[in-house]
Amino acid sequence: MNAPIWVMNIIESIGGQDTLRQNIWMCSIAVVLLSLINGIFTYYKGKWSAVASESIAQNMKDTLYDKLQNVRYDYYVKAETGDLIQRCTSDVDTVRRFLAIQLVEVGRAVFMLGMAIAIMFSLDVRMTLVSMSIIPGIFLFSTLYYMKVKESFLECDESEGQLTTVLQENLTGMRVVRAFARQPYERDKFDEVNRDFRGKVSNLISLLAWYWSFSDFLSMLQMGIVLVSGVYWTVSGHMTLGTLVVFTTYEGMLLWPVRLMGRILTDMGKTSVALGRIKEILDEPLDKDEKEGLKPEIQGNIEFQHVNFKYENGKEVLKDITFKVKKGQTVAILGPTGSGKSTLMHLLHRLYDYDSGSIKIDGIELRDIDKKWIREKIGIVLQEPFLYSKTIKENLKMAKKGVDEDRIYQSARIAHVHDVITSFEKGYDTLVGERGVTLSGGQKQRVAITRALIKDCPILIFDDSLSAVDTETDAAIRKALKERKKDVTTFIISHRINTLSEADMILVMEEGRIIEIGKHETLVNKPGLYRRIWEIQNTKEDDLTA
Amino acid sequence: MTTYQEQEYNKKIDLSLWRKLFKYVMPYKKYMIRLTLVMMAVGGIDVIFPLMTRYAIDNFVIEGKFEGLWIFAAVYGLLVLIQATNVKLLALNAGSIETGVIYDIRRKGFDNLQQLSFSYYDKTPVGWMMARMTSDVQRLGDTIAWGMVDMVWGFTMMVGIAIVMLFINFRLALISLSVVPLLAIASVYFQQKILKAHRRVRKINSRITGAFNEGIMGAKTTKTLVREEENLKEFKGLTLEMFDSSVRAAMYSAVYLPLVVTLGSIGTGLAMWYGGKAVMLETISYGTLVLFISYTIQFFEPVRDLARIFSEFQSAQASAERIMSLIDTKPEITDTPEVLESFGDVFDPKPENWPEIKGDITFRDVNFSYKDGEEVLENFNLEVKAGQSIALVGETGSGKSTIVNLLCRFYEPVSGEILIDGVNYKERSQAWLQSNLGYVLQTPHLFSGTVKDNIRYGKLDAADEDITNAAKMVNAHEFIMKLEKGYETEVGEGGSRLSTGEKQLISFARAILADPRIFVLDEATSSVDTETEKIIQDAIQKVLKGRTSFIIAHRLSTIRSADRILVISHGKIIEDGNHSKLMREKGHYYRLYTNQFMEEQEKEILGRVNE
Repeated sequence: MNAPIWVMNIIESIGGQDTLRQNIWMCSIAVVLLSLINGIFTYYKGKWSAVASESIAQNMKDTLYDKLQNVRYDYYVKAETGDLIQRCTSDVDTVRRFLAIQLVEVGRAVFMLGMAIAIMFSLDVRMTLVSMSIIPGIFLFSTLYYMKVKESFLECDESEGQLTTVLQENLTGMRVVRAFARQPYERDKFDEVNRDFRGKVSNLISLLAWYWSFSDFLSMLQMGIVLVSGVYWTVSGHMTLGTLVVFTTYEGMLLWPVRLMGRILTDMGKTSVALGRIKEILDEPLDKDEKEGLKPEIQGNIEFQHVNFKYENGKEVLKDITFKVKKGQTVAILGPTGSGKSTLMHLLHRLYDYDSGSIKIDGIELRDIDKKWIREKIGIVLQEPFLYSKTIKENLKMAKKGVDEDRIYQSARIAHVHDVITSFEKGYDTLVGERGVTLSGGQKQRVAITRALIKDCPILIFDDSLSAVDTETDAAIRKALKERKKDVTTFIISHRINTLSEADMILVMEEGRIIEIGKHETLVNKPGLYRRIWEIQNTKEDDLTA
Repeated sequence: MTTYQEQEYNKKIDLSLWRKLFKYVMPYKKYMIRLTLVMMAVGGIDVIFPLMTRYAIDNFVIEGKFEGLWIFAAVYGLLVLIQATNVKLLALNAGSIETGVIYDIRRKGFDNLQQLSFSYYDKTPVGWMMARMTSDVQRLGDTIAWGMVDMVWGFTMMVGIAIVMLFINFRLALISLSVVPLLAIASVYFQQKILKAHRRVRKINSRITGAFNEGIMGAKTTKTLVREEENLKEFKGLTLEMFDSSVRAAMYSAVYLPLVVTLGSIGTGLAMWYGGKAVMLETISYGTLVLFISYTIQFFEPVRDLARIFSEFQSAQASAERIMSLIDTKPEITDTPEVLESFGDVFDPKPENWPEIKGDITFRDVNFSYKDGEEVLENFNLEVKAGQSIALVGETGSGKSTIVNLLCRFYEPVSGEILIDGVNYKERSQAWLQSNLGYVLQTPHLFSGTVKDNIRYGKLDAADEDITNAAKMVNAHEFIMKLEKGYETEVGEGGSRLSTGEKQLISFARAILADPRIFVLDEATSSVDTETEKIIQDAIQKVLKGRTSFIIAHRLSTIRSADRILVISHGKIIEDGNHSKLMREKGHYYRLYTNQFMEEQEKEILGRVNE
C-alpha cells in the first residue's frame, strides 16, 4: 500500500488538527517508512516469486529430462528431437514466466483491489459506487475483445509459419534454386509471404490499437468522473478534501488490474497450451520393471524358445525364434534389411519385451531379470553409436565407474582405435562432437566398441557395428576379441562372409524367422541365402569380365 | 539437428551498428516523426492531468464554488479523448514502423541469401540462418518501434514534470527532486548487475538446451550403457546452476525496484514536508501540494522500467549484429560490371543478349582448394565435347563433387579457367550458365506445393501439356496419375508425402522441362526397389540424350552407359575411357567395378547395406 491514506491524513490535518500541522515532518517520515516497509515486502515478493517459479521450472526440466531418458525404447524411434527440445525449453519457460510475473501480479492485483475497495467503502459508499461505475464495462469489454482478437493472433501465427516454411525450403533447396536460376521467382515467393505476414501483423496491431485506445479512454473517463463528482460533493460539503484526494489516487489502483486483464488472459491461454505439450511427454509410459527383478550372476548361456514379438502397431517382427547358445560361443547373424536381426538383439537387451515364448539366460527367464541389471551385463554396440560431447576419455570412462587408464588403453587397442586416438593433438582428452573433433563413422564405431569392452560383460552384441570399418581392421578386431574375451558370448550382426564364417553358429534370418542355422561348412553346402551371399563375395574377378 | 551457441553479447553500445540500422528506419521517417510527436503529446498530457486536479482543488474545492465545473469537466473529457486518440495513433505508427522495418530487413536478407556463394552455405547451418531471419529480425523490429515508444514517453514525462515543477515552485521542485542523482547512481549500478546476471542465465540456458539435445539424441546409447542416473545427475547440476543464477538475477531486480520506490517516496516525503509547511505559510496552494505529491510518484514510474528497456536494447543490438553480418556478407562469386551490363544479374537477367550454348567444356590448368582445406584439384585439365556423357567415379573425397561444383560455378577455380564453348565462363553471367544447366541432386529437393508446381519449377511458363509430357518422358506420369489428385496432389513440406524414388522422378521431370544444354547428375545411393530403380535408369538415359552431361555415378548401369568414364583419385584423372576399354586395362576401374558389382548383388538380396 502506498501513500494515499496518509496523504489524506495530512490534508485533513492541515484542515483540522493543529498538532500534526506543526509537525508535518512526522507525516513525511511516515510516508518514507511505509514505503520502506512496502519496499521490503516488494523485495520478498520478488525474491519468493523468483525462487518459487525458478524451482518449479528447475523441477519441470529435471522431471522432463529424467522422463525422456527413461521412456520406452520405441519412443526414441519416432521422436522428433526439435519438437521435444522446444517443449522442454521454451514451453517450460512460458510456464515459468507466467508463474513469475502474471500469477504474482494477479495475486497482488486481487489483494490491492480488495484493500482499496474496503477502504473506499469505509470512507464514502456513494463515491465508491461512482468510482466503480464503468469498471464492469471495461472488464467485459477486455474479455470480449481478447476473445475476438485471438483469431487474429492465430492468423499471425499461421502466416509466420508459412514464412518460415518458404525460408526453410529455400535455404535447404538452395542448390535447386541456383541450378534453375530461380532467384527472381524465389524472391517473389518470399515477398508474397513476407508481405502477407506484415499485413496480418499490421491488422492485429490496428485491432489492438483500437482496444488500447478504447480501454484507455474508458479508464481515463472513469478518473474524470471521479474527479468531477468528487469535486462536486466536496464543494457541496458531503465529503472532505482528503477523501477526494484518496479517491483520485485509489482510482488508478482500481483501474490498473482491470486493464491488465486482457494481457493475463492471453498469457493464460499460451500457458495452458504449453502445459498441455509438456504433459504429453510426462504421460508417456516408463521403461520400468513391473515387479522387483532378479539380479543373478550371468554366465552367458542363452536359450530362445518359440519367441514371438510384434511392435505396438501390430507388425509382426519375430516369429517362432528358437536357438541355443553356450557360454563363450560366437553367434553371427545374417539377413536382409527388416528381417528382425536388430530386434532380436534388442529383445536380449530388454529394450523390448517379447510377447510369447521364452528367453532364458543361464536358465533364468529373461523377463524376471532386472532391466538395468541385464543391460549392465550385456554390452551392445549400436550400428550408429552415439558419443557424448565430452572428451574421448570421459566417453570411455562412463562404461564402468573407476576404471583405470591401463584398462582403457588396453580395450582401445583391442578395438584398434588406440593409435587413432593418440594421433589426435589432445589424445584421449580430445573433445568429441560440436566444438571438438568430428570422428569418422568407423572411428566412432571403434570408440563405441572400446566402451563396450571396458564394461567387461559376459555377453557382447555387435549390431552391425563394424560396417564402417574396413575389412582388414574388422578381422584384426575380431581376432583380438577372440584372444582376449574367450569366455564372452558374442553376437555379431554382419553381412561379411569372413566375419560370418568364423562364428561358432550362424543364424540366417528372413522376415522375422530363422531360415538357416548352423556352421559355415554346413550352410555353404546347401542352397539358400547364405550360400548366395558367399558366392557373390567369392566371385572370381575373371567371371565378372567374362 | 544443429544447435549453435548463444553468442556473447557486446557490452558496449555500438554506434556504427545503430547508424547502419538507421538506414532501415529512414523509409519510415514520416512515421518516426509522427510517433515521436504523439509520444511527446502523451507524455505531455500525462503531465497535464495532475495539473487538472490541482486546478480543481484550488478553484472549486478551496474556493467552494461550482462555477465553471462543467467547463472543467468538458475540458477534462476533451483531454481524455485526445489521449485516447494518441494511444491509437501511437500503436498504429509504432506498428507501421515495426512491421515495415521487419519486412524490409527480411527482404534484404533474403535477397542476399539468394546471392551468397556455396562456400557460405557449406559452413553455415540452416538453423543459424533461419534464426537470423526470423527471431532476430523480429526482436530488432520490436525494439526499434516499441522501445522508442517507451523511451520518448518516459523522457518527455520526466522532463515535463521537472519543468512544470520548477516553473511552479523552483525551491520546492529542487527539494522534491533532490533524490534524483542518488537514483541515477543506484540505477547505473544495478542495471549493470542485472544485465550481467541475465547474460549468465542465457548462457546456462543454451547449455541446458544442448543437454536436452544430447539427452534425446543419445537416449538409445544411454539406455544400453545404463547411464540414466549419471546423466540426470549431471543435468541436475546444470539446472541447479540455472536456478542459482536466475534467482540471483531476480534478486537484483527485487532489490532495485524497492530502492527506486523508496527513493521516490523520500522525494514525496520531502515534497510533503516542505510543501505542507508552505501551504500553511500560504506561499503555495493546497492544489500545488497535491500536484507535487502526485508528480513525485509519477516521476519515478519510467525509471522502474529502465532496466527492462535497457536490456531489451542490448539484446536487440546483439540481434542487429547478427542480422547485419548476414546482410553484409558479400557473395564470393560475382559477375564483373561489364558482364552485368550486357547479361544482367540474377534478379534482372537480359536473356535477349545471351549467346546460345553448345556444350563444349574445357577445364584448363584448374587449381582449387576449399577455404581452409588442402588442395583438392591441382592442374586439372579436361576437354569435353558437346553431347558427351561423362561418368565420374572415385572414392569419397577424391574431388568428383568439386569438379561438378566448379562446372556449375557454385565455386570458382583458384587459378586456371573453365571454358564453355571456348569462352571463360567468368565472361558470362551466372544466370546465363545456370539457366542452361540442369542439376539433379543426390537427395532430390522438392518445394511444398503440388506435383505440377514442382515440375513447373524447371520452366515457369510451361503449359500443362509440357509438364505432362516431361513427366511421361521420365516415366513419372503413371505414378502421378495414381496419386489422390494426380498432378494437383500436394507433395508436403520438402516432398515428405512422396517416396524417395518418386521424388527423384519428379526432379528428373523438372530438369527435362528446363531443357538444359549441360546436365549434371549427382546420383543417389539411396535404396529404391528394383523396379523403381529400372524406371529411374530409363529416365536418366532419356534425360542425358543429346546433352553434355556429368554424372557422379554410383550405379553400375549408369556408369556403363556413359560415353566416357573418368576415374578420379586425389584430384587427378587416373583413368579415362569407356567401360570396355577400362575393364580391359584391369586398373582401378576394374577393381572398383567388381567391388561395386558384388555390393549391388548383395544389396539385391539383403536390402540396405552399407548405409
